[in-house]
Amino acid sequence: MPLIEAHNVTIRIPTEDGVIYAANSISFSVEAGEVFGIAGESGSGKSVLMQAITGLLPGAEITGEVLFQGQDLLKMSQKELQDLRGSHIGMVFQDPLSSLHPYFTIGSQITEMIHTHRKISAEEARALTVDMLEKVGIEDAESRFDDYPHQFSGGMRQRVMIAMALVLHPPLIIADEPTTALDVTVQVQIMDLLDEMRRTFGTTVIMITHDLGLLANIADHAMVMYAGTRLEIGATESLFSNPAHPYTLGLLKSSPSSQETGGKSLEPIQGNPPSLLDRPRACIFAERCPQVQNQCRSARPPLQKYDDGAEALCHFSAHDTQAMTVDTGLQKSASKRPIVVDVQDVRLTFHAKSMFGKKRSTEVLKGINLQIHKGETFGLVGESGCGKSTLARVIAGLIPASAGEVTLDGVPILSVTGQRWRQMRRHVQLVFQDPVGSLNPRRRIGAIIGDPFRIHDVAHGAEQKKKVQELMEMVGLNPEHYNRFPSEFSGGQRQRIGIARALALKPSLIIFDEPVSALDVSIQAQILNLMQELQRDLNLTYLFISHDLSVVRHVCDKIAVMDAGQIVELNQSDKLFAEPTHPFTRKLLDAIQDPPPLQESSARKLVETEPAAAVFDGAVMEASL
Amino acid sequence: MIRYFMQRLLFACLVLVSLSVFVFFLFFVAPGDPARVVAGDKATEAQLEQIRENLGLDRPIIVQYGSFVSKAIQGDLGYSYRNQQPVLDLITRRIPATVSLVIGGVIVWLAIGIPIGVMSARNAGSKKDRLGQTFILIGLSFPTFVLGMLSLYCLYFLPRKAGFMLFPAGGYKPFLDNPADWAWHLVLPWTTLALVTAAIYARLTRGQLLQVLGEDYIRTARAKGISEGKVIYKHAMRATLTPLITQLGADIAFLLGGSIVIEQVYGLQGVGALAVQAVANQDRPIIIGVVMLGGLFIVMANIIVDLLYTLLDPRMR
Repeated sequence: MPLIEAHNVTIRIPTEDGVIYAANSISFSVEAGEVFGIAGESGSGKSVLMQAITGLLPGAEITGEVLFQGQDLLKMSQKELQDLRGSHIGMVFQDPLSSLHPYFTIGSQITEMIHTHRKISAEEARALTVDMLEKVGIEDAESRFDDYPHQFSGGMRQRVMIAMALVLHPPLIIADEPTTALDVTVQVQIMDLLDEMRRTFGTTVIMITHDLGLLANIADHAMVMYAGTRLEIGATESLFSNPAHPYTLGLLKSSPSSQETGGKSLEPIQGNPPSLLDRPRACIFAERCPQVQNQCRSARPPLQKYDDGAEALCHFSAHDTQAMTVDTGLQKSASKRPIVVDVQDVRLTFHAKSMFGKKRSTEVLKGINLQIHKGETFGLVGESGCGKSTLARVIAGLIPASAGEVTLDGVPILSVTGQRWRQMRRHVQLVFQDPVGSLNPRRRIGAIIGDPFRIHDVAHGAEQKKKVQELMEMVGLNPEHYNRFPSEFSGGQRQRIGIARALALKPSLIIFDEPVSALDVSIQAQILNLMQELQRDLNLTYLFISHDLSVVRHVCDKIAVMDAGQIVELNQSDKLFAEPTHPFTRKLLDAIQDPPPLQESSARKLVETEPAAAVFDGAVMEASL
Repeated sequence: MIRYFMQRLLFACLVLVSLSVFVFFLFFVAPGDPARVVAGDKATEAQLEQIRENLGLDRPIIVQYGSFVSKAIQGDLGYSYRNQQPVLDLITRRIPATVSLVIGGVIVWLAIGIPIGVMSARNAGSKKDRLGQTFILIGLSFPTFVLGMLSLYCLYFLPRKAGFMLFPAGGYKPFLDNPADWAWHLVLPWTTLALVTAAIYARLTRGQLLQVLGEDYIRTARAKGISEGKVIYKHAMRATLTPLITQLGADIAFLLGGSIVIEQVYGLQGVGALAVQAVANQDRPIIIGVVMLGGLFIVMANIIVDLLYTLLDPRMR
């Protein structure tokens, strides 16, 4: 018997802007003891779905049925749901720092939950907590009981969250992106821990994630959500090696895989996800589907059921879901090209001063050497805090180095000041991680992209406008949107704005600091492809900083691995992946989780096609009212 | 930690010294002859000369300032020009009325402001929220003296006209003589002070709480199955304490330096009333004394608030 079984769950959230159609007739069931994955990009409704059925979204209107241990969660009162949360359904959230209360000790946060659901003494609760903290790998748990969350590292905090979720041995745990905020090597540890705990306590896990590779490796069954709609569900193995829905296939093709060598361009899913304010009609994915037909835009798709239990919401069966691999034939020759950036033994030490205190110093960069050649993409990888962004800022001339020299096109840049420094700034441009935070929300994008022209006195007035519009066209923005504000653009478009601004002065070097890590995978592929096209057309030189090895391998010719302020390994990308020599590189590579390779043809058989009306039950009912 | 505290203390002393220099020299350059204030209009030039000599006003200003500081450190703030009483005595006699007003006022305004802010934030956008917001708007836009007059009219004058005494019009009765009488006389001043200030606290609580309720750790608290009341009053309010304490420290310190309008309206003989009289009489030693007292309260309150921060926020330890 399934532990949890959802039938036609439909969620509407009334807001000031209108009703958000957050989930449309979603059904799934999870067997006791298994790991069930929910995959989807941001805004697909995967987190909303789980929060709504556990009563964490009191404003939402939910219809349908969710049977948990035989009882319907949607018929329960707030009080009944409250008693269930924590004792029968444990939850682990994405960011362990913000999800733990900063003002209470971790011990008291866990015992509070025990006392809420069980009448036991403070000593017993403490003993239970310490025991659980030890089980999740917190060393010296007895003495760390009274520590606050900020005294733990990210991975340790997530262990504390897991201990909290497990301490009452709930039959079900909902893990909402439990490893997204963590470094890649820590991610592996946390996933291993979750798996171990699941085996020890027989807990069922619902894992919400956007990381298909992760899901492919741990989940037994999974469903793929898009704009509040379940597009595909099935056993993980066949779901990812042999997707039945074009969206799942598109997601897999836009994920850079660490198995692939660079040069091949990704196949992004064109366009952006639809607004959830529109009532879903026809096929919700039609606007972005590569194999869209007329009927997709007019009729709701039927539910296709296959012999291996997989179900997909599509007008076509899996046999039609085929796409060609595009090979751009772009292979960069590693010939001798002029050196653009030459970094020689750069060191950086930060000194912390206080009025009375002793001087403390931290060495952030410990002797960095590297060369970047014209037209190449140089990757810089490492975990958070290893100094990669600091190095980029030194190369950009934004932070002075303590020792060493950086030359740009043969000109030393670390010692220049004043007017020469301003001149030098033209030749290095940056694109940042957060496309929302790095654009001034109160300025029009024409002004943002045109800033470099104004600052360096290159062009004004109509000429500036013309140049900006050329740039906009080059990066795939509509030049007519010249007068719009950043908030009117999506995340991917904002990153295009950032790239256009960086391109304005034809720089010798563009530094990309985690340019796609804030973007969804389908959008990420669009941006990565744009970067490669621009590089090919304009012979640009890139310094690409990322913590994501698959992305780095996909775009970079050469990769430097950084750890604790030093470059521990530097090699051509395929060589680095094939024969990593440094233990830290190997540790990073081992932590990558890729989805299984796509199979050539579909081995499964279509057994039933359920017509649309039954599927979109809730919507039809509303329409007839 | 101790080093940090000593640093703050040193800085506080610097602030007080600069304040004393500023006030002292301000009065030196201000027009008006202190000797004339002391002796009255009919005094002869010889008498004035004599008084100037007695008060030490004929000495260079640096010397005068030096002797003021050395006496002030020993607790001697000089004598009133008007009635020759020690300034320190005059101020200390006024402190009980002012402190009584502030303590009661703080309790009442927190008891009104915080629940209204919580109600508004919990039901953001609803009718309850709009009701709370209306209260905030009225409270913020009402001048203190208008509210004072209004409550005097409604709660003192109208009942008196009808033949009974609901609340007295003002005056201060010492707490130790009769606590009930003390409180009865202070009800109107407390309410007036509280209504005006509660609006600020309601707005602050609403804003802070709205922000905190969107935090991930509030979702975690709900996911733990804790009751909604505990989520709000234990988890969410705990995080809004810091900004509330900051505001409270500044407000208390400011009011302890004398609440001029309310003390005038209700005839409370507090520090604020003393300051008003001293300014009217050009009684410089008293003015300097009151200003220094206010400065001391504000500097002390800042240090106390900073210490409370480190107690409240484990990340700052």
